[in-house]
Amino acid sequence: MPYDYKPFPYVAPPGLSAPEPPHKVVIVGAGPIGLAMALDLANRGVPSVLLDDNDVVSMGSRAICWSKRSLELFDRFGIADKVLDKGMTWSVGRVCHGDDEIFSFDLAVDPGQRMPPFVNLQQYYVEEFLVERALAQPLIDLRFRNRVTGVDQTGEAAHVTVKTPDGQYGLTADYVIACDGARSTTRAMLDLDFEGEFFEERFLIADIEMEADFPPERWFWFEPTFHDGQSALLHRQADNIYRIDLQLGWDADPEEEKKPEKVIPRIEKVVGADFDLEWVSIYSFQCRRLREFVHGRVIFVGDSAHVVSPFGARGGNGGLQDVDNLGWKLAAVLDGRAPASLIDSYNRERVQAADENILQSTRATRFMTPANGAERLFRDQVLALARKAPFARGWVNSGRLSTPCVYALSAPDDLSLPEISRPGTVAPDAPQQNGWLLNELGRDVTLMALNCAAPAGLDLPVIAPRINDMIRARYLGDARQALYLVRPDQVIAARWVEADARQVRRAVDALWEGR
Amino acid sequence: MKLIDTPNLDDHDGFYAELLAAHRGLSEAQSHALNAQLVLILANHIGDRQVLSEALDLARKR
Repeated sequence: MPYDYKPFPYVAPPGLSAPEPPHKVVIVGAGPIGLAMALDLANRGVPSVLLDDNDVVSMGSRAICWSKRSLELFDRFGIADKVLDKGMTWSVGRVCHGDDEIFSFDLAVDPGQRMPPFVNLQQYYVEEFLVERALAQPLIDLRFRNRVTGVDQTGEAAHVTVKTPDGQYGLTADYVIACDGARSTTRAMLDLDFEGEFFEERFLIADIEMEADFPPERWFWFEPTFHDGQSALLHRQADNIYRIDLQLGWDADPEEEKKPEKVIPRIEKVVGADFDLEWVSIYSFQCRRLREFVHGRVIFVGDSAHVVSPFGARGGNGGLQDVDNLGWKLAAVLDGRAPASLIDSYNRERVQAADENILQSTRATRFMTPANGAERLFRDQVLALARKAPFARGWVNSGRLSTPCVYALSAPDDLSLPEISRPGTVAPDAPQQNGWLLNELGRDVTLMALNCAAPAGLDLPVIAPRINDMIRARYLGDARQALYLVRPDQVIAARWVEADARQVRRAVDALWEGR
Repeated sequence: MKLIDTPNLDDHDGFYAELLAAHRGLSEAQSHALNAQLVLILANHIGDRQVLSEALDLARKR
């Protein structure tokens, strides 16, 4: 059954009849990133107005592949169980050259983590679940069919002009967060441009429905016979919907290639004739970003700030990690708990992450669509070697899948503790008696005291996880005890085997100052 | 410098002959492919990023 697009109700906003009092935050765009942003801020007590020019969820599956870290965030928004239930959990990828499988990989579900490595679910379902939560959240004022037509700012506030079916009105806010996607109108209105690489390569992307019962695995082909020597991907989603990506080459005419009479025969060659075509789109590869993500009182989050080519699941997941990074910082600045400079650290950390995503995506794109000459020679020989030498399988690049960026922090560290939990990483999950470590970390800066007491005189929540093998492997290694300072986004800010209150306090100060 | 650029292979004349023999009868494209595989295999065997970067620098030096 195709997805049933139910329009959300439009309600005439108060600003049409009288000027609205200033808001704290206006979010432009209620896609997955805008919705997540509003929910994260609401969880931290910050109200927001969330504007969307449309009144339905995304057309077509778009982002389908949600990473472990995104699932952990979904858990904070109260939709993880629905996503896990509706989506397809997968861990196996198969890579083929021609029509032969040359190797497979298994990302393996880790029993010591609550969330699996990846779940595939169409973006429209994720949006549906998030909209449901946002509508139930009194701190979120979600307004459909409210199109932003102007963004302006002074040093003190940002102003937004909004067009509705009933006319135009204005909003004032401390901050405007642009979550309006790769073709961000906010970005255009601020006259900002992306910098980076654009690849002369086009892919056709299609959702098909079929009763095939292919396993929920990621299948990638280099030079399959069914697609004239170009790359192809097949990946299962919910409701018997499968995603197919087919490389088209730069000479292809996008409008022509989108026609069902062109698309259907191509897909028939991959899966046979028994399917329904649900959605088709054509995209070109880009790996680009804004130079700065923070422009005074306008902050760019997700695809409005950076775009990457697909196959690494780095678009949607990268955007959610932006949200995770910004939410607590903005909340603290608005509350006066932290100086405005904390927001600069959003720019610094997420630019680092975007660059990492861009680097990985650029490399994968090069491998999938090599230029003629040496690039193609080495690509083809890696594939040839992968058939006969195990080492070369790892060199085959069909996309390096999203993992959270390890932020470059100059924070107290003790090298005798495990590398997996060094400062800058997201705290790895581990089972606890009645649940999971990540759920115990809460929303505040937290000190985790392992096998020891927290130093006396500190004014912050302390948790003392129960020591088990997973905790030992992830947080202690050979050390007898340890203290971990964890940020509100569950990133490890500092760690010690032993520390006094003064050392911890200094690290807490650095954290709030965004150092 | 970690890369050894002084004599290090005893039977270099023998290896050189074996290298040429491996290419005998190959088309130009096949020869390129063989060389590319050889580079990849040896890079993996060397297993030291710094040595490989220094080798690239040396090869590119005019």
